[in-house]
Amino acid sequence: MTDMLSITGLSKRYNDGQVALENVSLDVKEGEILALLGPNGAGKTTLISAVCGLVVPSEGHIKVGGFDTKSNYRSARSLIGLVPQEISLEPFEKVINTVRFSRGLFGKNPNDNYLEIVLRQLSLWDKKNSKIMQLSGGMKRRVLIAKALAHEPRVLFLDEPSAGVDVELRREMWKLVSELKSQGVTIILTTHYIEEAEAIADRVGVISKGKLILLEEKKALIKRMGQKKLEISLHSPIAAIPAQLQHFQLFLSDDGMSINYMYDTKGSTNEITKLLNEISNADLQISDLQTSQSSLEEIFVSLI
Amino acid sequence: MNFRSIQAIYVFEMTRFFRTLLQSFVSPVISTCLYFVVFGAAIGGRIDAVEGVNYIAFIVPGLIMLSVMTQAVSNASFGIYFPKFIGTIYEVLSAPINFLEIVVGYVGAAASKALFIGLVILATSLFFVDIEIIHPIIMILFLVFTCISFSLLGFILGVWANNFEQLQLVPLLIITPLVFLGGSFYSISMLPKFWQVVSLFNPVVYLISGFRWAFYDHSDVSIFTSLLAIILFTGFCIFIIFIIFKTGWRLRP
Ligand SMILES: Nc1ncnc2c1ncn2[C@@H]1O[C@H](COP(=O)(O)OP(=O)(O)O)[C@@H](O)[C@H]1O
Ligand SMILES: [Mg+2]
Repeated sequence: MTDMLSITGLSKRYNDGQVALENVSLDVKEGEILALLGPNGAGKTTLISAVCGLVVPSEGHIKVGGFDTKSNYRSARSLIGLVPQEISLEPFEKVINTVRFSRGLFGKNPNDNYLEIVLRQLSLWDKKNSKIMQLSGGMKRRVLIAKALAHEPRVLFLDEPSAGVDVELRREMWKLVSELKSQGVTIILTTHYIEEAEAIADRVGVISKGKLILLEEKKALIKRMGQKKLEISLHSPIAAIPAQLQHFQLFLSDDGMSINYMYDTKGSTNEITKLLNEISNADLQISDLQTSQSSLEEIFVSLI
Repeated sequence: MNFRSIQAIYVFEMTRFFRTLLQSFVSPVISTCLYFVVFGAAIGGRIDAVEGVNYIAFIVPGLIMLSVMTQAVSNASFGIYFPKFIGTIYEVLSAPINFLEIVVGYVGAAASKALFIGLVILATSLFFVDIEIIHPIIMILFLVFTCISFSLLGFILGVWANNFEQLQLVPLLIITPLVFLGGSFYSISMLPKFWQVVSLFNPVVYLISGFRWAFYDHSDVSIFTSLLAIILFTGFCIFIIFIIFKTGWRLRP
């Protein structure tokens, strides 16, 4: 597969001296979903804005679909759909008109059939003749998505699509994202919500203070960084971890009914056998065993 | 040239205009009627013909210019300032279009509105006074160029403005005085010598003079000077806008 987005050595220093991006390089393959995680002010929006032509990069090169965003901006930008972080819409305009505008603006021929499909997909068809100001916040966000999709982009940028959105709409959006992926659309989204990245991304990038500090396949990331937890439930509560088990990394639950053992999946596996042996030697009765993998959230927090 | 994109911007802007058609239409008509009543009936009766033209007829070109210039500036400046203010400008700036296409869309729409209003005022004037337009083609040419050049000026103003006060203050403090002192309601030759020379530094003088020449074959400055002035002014505004987009000033940080 070819690279749909290719960023090399991108830096951005705003006029007030604020450095928002520092030497960021990043490639995204066609049809891939990349989630960019990072705290507020990390530079996520600046990165997207630089690609879309809203911010002038201080250094570096960006290619979209093989086209340089500076020297060949027409070809590059016609591939891009952008859903901005802030809800920016003309309040007095009708939904259908704003969507038609977006399509025309990108130089596409009028195609109301296609726009109907997009609006239906986003449950906006009933509202096509409503004015923007009559819509709820969630619907406005859908209109922004519809506008971005109106010109049939090959790369979709979603800047914090879940900010201020209810659970139902978030699920719908995830579904839409996977439908778009199946059509080969490349998707780059930024988010605060780790569960969002975990649910839909193929790859995860973490931006902190303008630097891309991590970029990895989601599964590999969870596997590589992930610790597993073995939860050992006991028949009857104990007051403390028995002395002969102290050399293991064990944590007793508050009610004394279970012992948690943290271990690395890369570590030697006979540790668990030893632990279980020693537990039975210590005369503890096991009622249940359960393992769980740490989430991206825990990894994320440990990184920053 | 990407005509679909230009058309999209143009149509979108004109929709805004048609939504408020009644206001756009009624206010210039009423103010024109007021001018005719005050300057024409009340004051005009005491003024003899100016340069051989009946005073009420004399002020018609100036009245049209006054409205067209202020409307062009306010339409164009609002047209680009509003999307900047509410944030919808992101879409235009991220579209696969160049500065010329953006300008043609926004300025074209603003100029069309101003032209429409100019024609409405001309039609209104016909109820008050008989006018014979000696050079109709030149008249239309001047009107169209004035609409375009002042819309370009308004576009620059809209990009520059950081708040609504600035947006309204500049037309009020700069454009309106220039237009009033540009000979809308009098001939420059009626001024003392000193002020005649000062007037020549006012670009609006050339536009109104040329426009009036198209009506009555009489002008303060030569028609060719007027034509040159409006072409230079238009070119200057386009150059400034080119620089704005080149540097991303106030549009792309
Ligand atoms: N137009 C601007 N001018 C100056 N500084 C800016 C501008 N936009 C963003 N910044 C600064 O750049 C940094 C990154 O911002 P942003 O890209 O919006 O982060 P994020 O989207 O990750 O929250 C922040 O410190 C922010 O204050
Ligand atoms: Mg942001």
